[in-house]
Amino acid sequence: MLLSLMIFIPLLGMVAVLLLPRESEELIKRATLLFTLIPLALAVYLFISYDRSNGGTQYVQGPVPWIDAFNIQYHIGIDGLSVTLLLLTALLGPICVIASWRNIEKGIKAYMALFLLLETGMLGFFAALDLFLFYVFFELTLLPMYFLIGVWGGPRREYAAIKFFLYTLFGSVLMLVAMIAVYLNSGDPGARTFDIPTLIALASTEGHALNNLNFQIWVFLGFFIGFAVKVPIFPFHTWLPDAHVEAPTAISVILAGILLKMGTYGLVRINMAMFPQGLDYFTNGIGFWGNSLALLGFINIVYGSFCALAQTDFKKLVAYSSIGHMGFVILGLAARNSEGITGAILQMFNHGVISAMLFLLVGVLYDRAHHREINGFGGLGSRMPVYTGITTLAFMASLGLPGLSGFVGEALSLLGAYDKFKMLTILSTIGIVVGAAYFLWTLQRVFLGTLNPKYEALPEINGREILTLVPLGILTIVLGVWPNFAIDMFRESVTNLINLL
Amino acid sequence: MESLKNIESLLYFSPEILLVIFAVAVVLLDLVVKDRESVAVAYLSLVGCFCTFAAVLFTHFSFGDEGPVSLFLGMIQLDAFSSFFKVLLLLATAATILFSLRSEELDARLKGEYYALLLAITLGMFLMASSTNLLMIFISLETVSLTSYILAGFLTHSPRSSEAAFKYITYGAVASGTMLFGLSLLFGMAGTGDLAQISGRLTELLAAGEIAPLAVLIAITFVLAGVGYKIASVPFHMWSPDVYEGAPIPITAFLSVASKSAGFALFIRFFYAGFGSTELMQAVDWPFMLAIVSALTMTVGNLAALPQQNVKRLLAYSSIAHGGYLLMGGVLLTSQGIGAILFYLVVYLFMNLGAFYVVVLIANEVGSEMVEGYRGLSSRAPLVAWAMVIFLVSLAGIPPFAGFFGKWLLFTAVLEQGYYWLALVGLLNSVVSLYYYARIVKAMFLEDAGEETDSVSFSTGTFALLSVFVIPTIFIGFLNIFYTFSNISVSVMPMQ
Repeated sequence: MLLSLMIFIPLLGMVAVLLLPRESEELIKRATLLFTLIPLALAVYLFISYDRSNGGTQYVQGPVPWIDAFNIQYHIGIDGLSVTLLLLTALLGPICVIASWRNIEKGIKAYMALFLLLETGMLGFFAALDLFLFYVFFELTLLPMYFLIGVWGGPRREYAAIKFFLYTLFGSVLMLVAMIAVYLNSGDPGARTFDIPTLIALASTEGHALNNLNFQIWVFLGFFIGFAVKVPIFPFHTWLPDAHVEAPTAISVILAGILLKMGTYGLVRINMAMFPQGLDYFTNGIGFWGNSLALLGFINIVYGSFCALAQTDFKKLVAYSSIGHMGFVILGLAARNSEGITGAILQMFNHGVISAMLFLLVGVLYDRAHHREINGFGGLGSRMPVYTGITTLAFMASLGLPGLSGFVGEALSLLGAYDKFKMLTILSTIGIVVGAAYFLWTLQRVFLGTLNPKYEALPEINGREILTLVPLGILTIVLGVWPNFAIDMFRESVTNLINLL
Repeated sequence: MESLKNIESLLYFSPEILLVIFAVAVVLLDLVVKDRESVAVAYLSLVGCFCTFAAVLFTHFSFGDEGPVSLFLGMIQLDAFSSFFKVLLLLATAATILFSLRSEELDARLKGEYYALLLAITLGMFLMASSTNLLMIFISLETVSLTSYILAGFLTHSPRSSEAAFKYITYGAVASGTMLFGLSLLFGMAGTGDLAQISGRLTELLAAGEIAPLAVLIAITFVLAGVGYKIASVPFHMWSPDVYEGAPIPITAFLSVASKSAGFALFIRFFYAGFGSTELMQAVDWPFMLAIVSALTMTVGNLAALPQQNVKRLLAYSSIAHGGYLLMGGVLLTSQGIGAILFYLVVYLFMNLGAFYVVVLIANEVGSEMVEGYRGLSSRAPLVAWAMVIFLVSLAGIPPFAGFFGKWLLFTAVLEQGYYWLALVGLLNSVVSLYYYARIVKAMFLEDAGEETDSVSFSTGTFALLSVFVIPTIFIGFLNIFYTFSNISVSVMPMQ
């Protein structure tokens, strides 16, 4: 019940916001903040009260019959992985509302309503235990995102919005075919099911139609492409830089922080748990296909990092660095061992926090200078010392400095992957070096050197902006020195997952 | 099954009789009412729809509920399937009457004829949904066709409208002629016009090797020309963009929904009752032919819709594409597939009529049918713009709207039969379709209105009617009753 409440309170908030008069903007913003703070409070409660020694699904609600004709049920619950990502989602909700407080000029009512709808979609996605429900929540995020980028975005927003929409929809229709195939093979007519735990059990039952290598390979591919577009995995990544550059700050934060995680979460929840034979085919280290998933992870890391190095647009740089960092998640998952998966999940959470910080910081600078050209700044360190300090923290965390959170996830992922894919793992470390290069180089070009006289009067970061960054900064440091804070949450769930493989 | 004689059948035929009575009454009332602005005839036809609706329910629950009843010596049949379509068609007719009341293009002098013809075309569609005899099939189809030629050309002052009617009649004549030829071939081979008997006869003859499977396939193909013309499937779709663009908007809406539904009713009954037996399917490979037609229809419809600037024309192509999706459900004529078609038709009725209603409203207020006319509508008329978004997104088949659930049913039915390629074509088509639906959304939300920025106000009645379409489009997919409803309507179909 608690979980349902958490998912649907933002939806309720959307209705409430729609009923408020358009003119009372302050009221709308406050209401939205309230409706995102409640899920945060609930998420913190769930995070604390989740029984860590038992990695199974908890706070289960349902299955409640929904559409009888197809045995579709309302069934939600959380395990260690979901609760971690739910906390991240719920945390970024209010932060994004605060970040949008001043810089959304038109249609604040529609913006906040869509944002709340988006939040319901994301929260529901991480909690769904019914495949159909899972898909509906997955798609529910598309429409609000299209509008949030398309209406409130930058100059090329129309292009970016439709590109995002079409790419994701393309991926999800392939996922839909795979989903229907799984459903049709799950039993005789009348006994078919969408229930994820049941399907996972069936897929490992000897002699069941789902427990068939050939079948698993095909449906694995269907789901994989759907999620790969979201992650994004090369070559499905081209929507991401466009979407990030055009989206308003808060929406970039959500995109990088949560939507990308929906892809990797789907890979863990569906592809790995439900199709272990398919997973084995793509990650057993034998031949081309056996290395393909790790190879994609490697390409993401190296390709993303080199692309980032070449950027002169601050936001595009962060966007490409996201592609690189998501590569570590893929590499860790491909390793299929305890270190790899733990590292991947930790990296998902850390990347959510760090990239959110980076996009917020880019937004702060853009709001003041109205451009993001890295070479156009210089010497800001003397003008905005606090801003420079926070940015340096975020950069260091992102490039993987030991002691900050980015390091732990990447190190664990590489550790796990080294066990199976030695060559690819060694080559992947190029990404870390390049990552250090572009961040340090950016730091130098923006904050060091002589101050560009145009920016002599640039105001320092204000209280509201610091408020959005502080919780994320604290998390970065805490998780850097005490990663078990998060790892404890999903240790048992990872063990359960590995037992399935 | 024993057929009822002519006189005995009349009571079972009361919905159709009521339609005739009201059509005549509308003409008579129009003669009496002198005031041109009067809306009395429109309301009388609405009352007619309502009375017919009551009669449909009455005949269904008193006679049809227990099983099919064959009327007029086997000419038509009263069953849950036909009752389902009658309700659907009446909804479409009532909505069209309400649209016409709001439409400003129609000639006030010709109101009586207009509403009488609407009721007459509904009668024809009722018959299409219940015919079980080749002769009756042809007569009902022609009743609908002839009436729709007139309605398409109803804007007497508009050359486009006359052009539409002329094109419609030319294509229609060819299609009916071809169909009639196909029907005569079937009659010649089977020696009977009754669909159920044809099925049995042909199976025997094919088994005995007395007729070639190719002959049957040719006959079916010819008949498909007539049916394909009604549901605007490739290659018989050419008329529809011109007609949809030229005809008055309410009629376009009506044709795209009701005409298509009635066409599908006829299609399903013809193939299901006539050719649904396993032996026939094995002998004559018509499922494969239908699969090809379906794939072509949706692809051509969607690709042609991409560059359209006129919203009516865009929706015309989109409705061709939807005909293709619907055909997917009919490829193998499983009861699942038919159930999916029926469910989708209900969903399609609401989302498509809703979209056309917005087109009527915008044509009235902004005076444009072009995509540019929709610019900046989100700030000028936010509620209407959001309603349009819901209709379009539902048409594109994106959750959580009803269109998604409809497509989901169709794709499941197709995949169940192992037609993976067809499902994939269909799904990729929905991705393509999103692009042109999004163009309208883009114009409404992402572009500025230009000089005209004053907000457009609509009456409460408008919003009430709009919500009649919006609410089902949002909620139908979540309600069990509609799935059950469409399945029950299929289960009583006479299966061979």
